Amino acid sequence: MSNSTKGIWKVIGASSVGTLIEWYDFYIFGSLATVIANQFFPKTNPTAALLSTLATFAAGFIVRPFGALVFGRLGDLVGRKYTFLLTLILMGGSTFAIGLVPSYESIGFAAPVIVLLLRLLQGLALGGEYGGAATYVAEHAPPHRRGFFTSWIQTTATLGLFVSLGVILMVRHGLDSDVQVSIQKFNDWGWRIPFIVSILLVGVSVYIRLKMNESPLFSRLKSEGKVSANPLKESFGHKTNLKMVLLALFGATMGQGVVWYTGQFYAQSFMETICKVDFEQSRTILIWAILFATPFFVVFGSWSDKVGRKWIMLAGMLLAIVLYKPIYRQFLAETDTSVYQAKTIATEAAPVVKTENADDHIVTTTTIVTTFTDGSAYTQKSIDTSFTNVSKAVAHGTVTYIDKKLSTTGYWKFVFLVFIQVIFVTMVYGPIAAFLVELFPTRIRYTSMSLPYHIGNGVFGGLTPFIALLLTTINTGDKLVGLMYPIIISAVCLVIGTLYVSNKTDPDVSD
Amino acid sequence: MNLLRKWLGWIWMLLGPLSVYYLIKTAVNEIAKHPVIDTKIQWGVFIAVAIPIAVGMVIFGWYAWKDEYRR
Repeated sequence: MSNSTKGIWKVIGASSVGTLIEWYDFYIFGSLATVIANQFFPKTNPTAALLSTLATFAAGFIVRPFGALVFGRLGDLVGRKYTFLLTLILMGGSTFAIGLVPSYESIGFAAPVIVLLLRLLQGLALGGEYGGAATYVAEHAPPHRRGFFTSWIQTTATLGLFVSLGVILMVRHGLDSDVQVSIQKFNDWGWRIPFIVSILLVGVSVYIRLKMNESPLFSRLKSEGKVSANPLKESFGHKTNLKMVLLALFGATMGQGVVWYTGQFYAQSFMETICKVDFEQSRTILIWAILFATPFFVVFGSWSDKVGRKWIMLAGMLLAIVLYKPIYRQFLAETDTSVYQAKTIATEAAPVVKTENADDHIVTTTTIVTTFTDGSAYTQKSIDTSFTNVSKAVAHGTVTYIDKKLSTTGYWKFVFLVFIQVIFVTMVYGPIAAFLVELFPTRIRYTSMSLPYHIGNGVFGGLTPFIALLLTTINTGDKLVGLMYPIIISAVCLVIGTLYVSNKTDPDVSD
Repeated sequence: MNLLRKWLGWIWMLLGPLSVYYLIKTAVNEIAKHPVIDTKIQWGVFIAVAIPIAVGMVIFGWYAWKDEYRR
């Protein structure tokens, strides 16, 4: 292995590990939202609940693009290395601190305020990290393999999600030999562990990054005194560059963002909330799918060096547009209650009855766990209300089927269906760092590429679960209506990308 | 192809304000249905973020109409 090849692997290692940790930090908050809400944002306090809404929406949609501007500017002024070192420290420090904040019960209203501020810092740091890491690697990579080398950075967002899911599942099950006790401990205090662990990972990553040199292209620019005096003005105030920023957003990152969030977040949310798949199965399905699909980021990144970035990304969007509905129809078909009821029952547990007394009525919840011979199972839940005034009839609630466990065949079928969606993600996301880097000049690259990336991913992508849910509540008859959002956004992006984006790769990014 | 790129500029210019109009209409309906502060904040954030993006879409359409993306 030559020295230059060794050098680039060091660069990729240092950049990727840090970026992966940043994604991990960002996702654990989202994955543990329910537990965190119970600890810091009690619904009984309306102001605390309000802060919870702010933490969810502001961090993802407002602060992330703002972070892209703040740190992008800094990266083009003082350099890539120190900027993405700063974002890493900021992210790691905030994550660690969230793990230490006393609960609402202990310190009252200060708890949700501190958590909100720390979450905003996380969003800000994330907005600055990616552009720096992608630029840093691209500016070290040889021109003919830029897609291949930057695709390693592209694996980090997905791997960050993978690690966060894995760590949470491990801690949730590892606190006691009895699973139920372990989950209880996790909800009480164990949820803090994934946050606290972050500081060790960040410490190692900061140490590695400190030993790295500044990007050679930026160093040369600096020594020649050609660093931009005002990167924001140059990026967004001049037509020549602004038109490329807009093209990057509407012709690439907008569609890429929704495909990313649909494949890795909406799929999980759909399995849990619409199909009612068991909590742990839905998570392990995602873990397997991510594990199998992740190498394809590198495959498509590398392939883009040969055939160009554009058509691979647009093909990913086209496949998503065409195949989302058939894929999600399969999810519904496999978990249809009538399909379960046609199977042979292996065991039916004794009904568990819980009653809650209110002033004038009693609510009785009955749950029955039924297991079938193929290993699948569901929990039948019915809620009845009887009134103390005997003249009123008992109100029978509808029966719902929850915690559906899939048979082994059904489970792997779901893994495959999510895997296909993550393959679309690898197609749109694998080549995009190289694509963005080649679109902008070195002196304003960090700023110019960070903003469209974070609007595409943070705003268009981040909105996917909310818009999809909203569409489902407006049109309750169609369970697949939520998919219209990613399909329409991808379709617009596909048309713009096809017509306006060039497939030429720029061999010289030192301009 | 350059002619198509140019004329589609009008579609992009219209798409920006139309999306904002649709978003505001939906926000008003949703807030009327659930008039709590959570819903107001949520939709407030959506609209605040969507307006600059819609302006960006209009500028993109304008550049397309002005042949800035001609190849």
